[in-house]
Amino acid sequence: MPDATELWISGHLAEKIRAHGAETYPHECCGALLGRDSNAVIENDRGKGAATPAREILQLFPLVNRRDDSPRNRFSVTAGDVLAAEKAASAQGLEVVGWYHSHPDHPARPSEYDRDHAWPWYSYIIVSVHNGTPQDMTSWRLNDDRAEFSPEGIEIRHRAAV
Amino acid sequence: MPVKVMIPSPLRPYAGKRDSAEFSARTVGEALGHLTTEFGELRKHLFTDDGKLRSFVNVYVNDEDIRYLAKENTPTKDGDTISIIPSIAGGSGPLYGSR
Repeated sequence: MPDATELWISGHLAEKIRAHGAETYPHECCGALLGRDSNAVIENDRGKGAATPAREILQLFPLVNRRDDSPRNRFSVTAGDVLAAEKAASAQGLEVVGWYHSHPDHPARPSEYDRDHAWPWYSYIIVSVHNGTPQDMTSWRLNDDRAEFSPEGIEIRHRAAV
Repeated sequence: MPVKVMIPSPLRPYAGKRDSAEFSARTVGEALGHLTTEFGELRKHLFTDDGKLRSFVNVYVNDEDIRYLAKENTPTKDGDTISIIPSIAGGSGPLYGSR
């Protein structure tokens, strides 16, 4: 199991992910999540007192879905796109910490295809888009044994400017 | 200088948080073998159960994709840099865990 994390993202960026999914519907959208893992742990707000490390999403890097042969149910980001996202992240003192994509007319849960092609450590945000309208948005991280994903809580929060 | 293998972010937790490792290796395959011997947990994320490089794992020797060279038999020499660059893929389909 990966370390339990919460994903922190602003309402503005969450809305941009949804909007990207709506824009490309009925095709899948995709993009990189730029941010950093927080050094400060946050208290679990479920009353148990357990600390939970956080991953902050601070920018998006929207990409073009390279699967033009099957864009309704597949997305692809090339190595060149990954390098471009990493360059953009580095220029802002951030890291590529994950990826987002949409599931047109499918639930926001990872498919077997998602699992089979996933990398560990990254956060995978999935937004369901039904009839062109964004619905649920979830986040997942691949377990160390690759057998399944673990869900990652998404917390919508505003971050103070630095 | 031996061959330097650059480790991408998603694999660093399995390599002691290192971003690179160095080995003496005559081929890419040999270098990746040393890497996964030293950091055993990396193996399943780089290779399938039957020992093939996963399709979303891109390997470059000094900026040349090994798919266009000799794949894992691509020769390496001291001072070369091997980069492991992810591709990202996924999509909707049968629900994970559904019957």
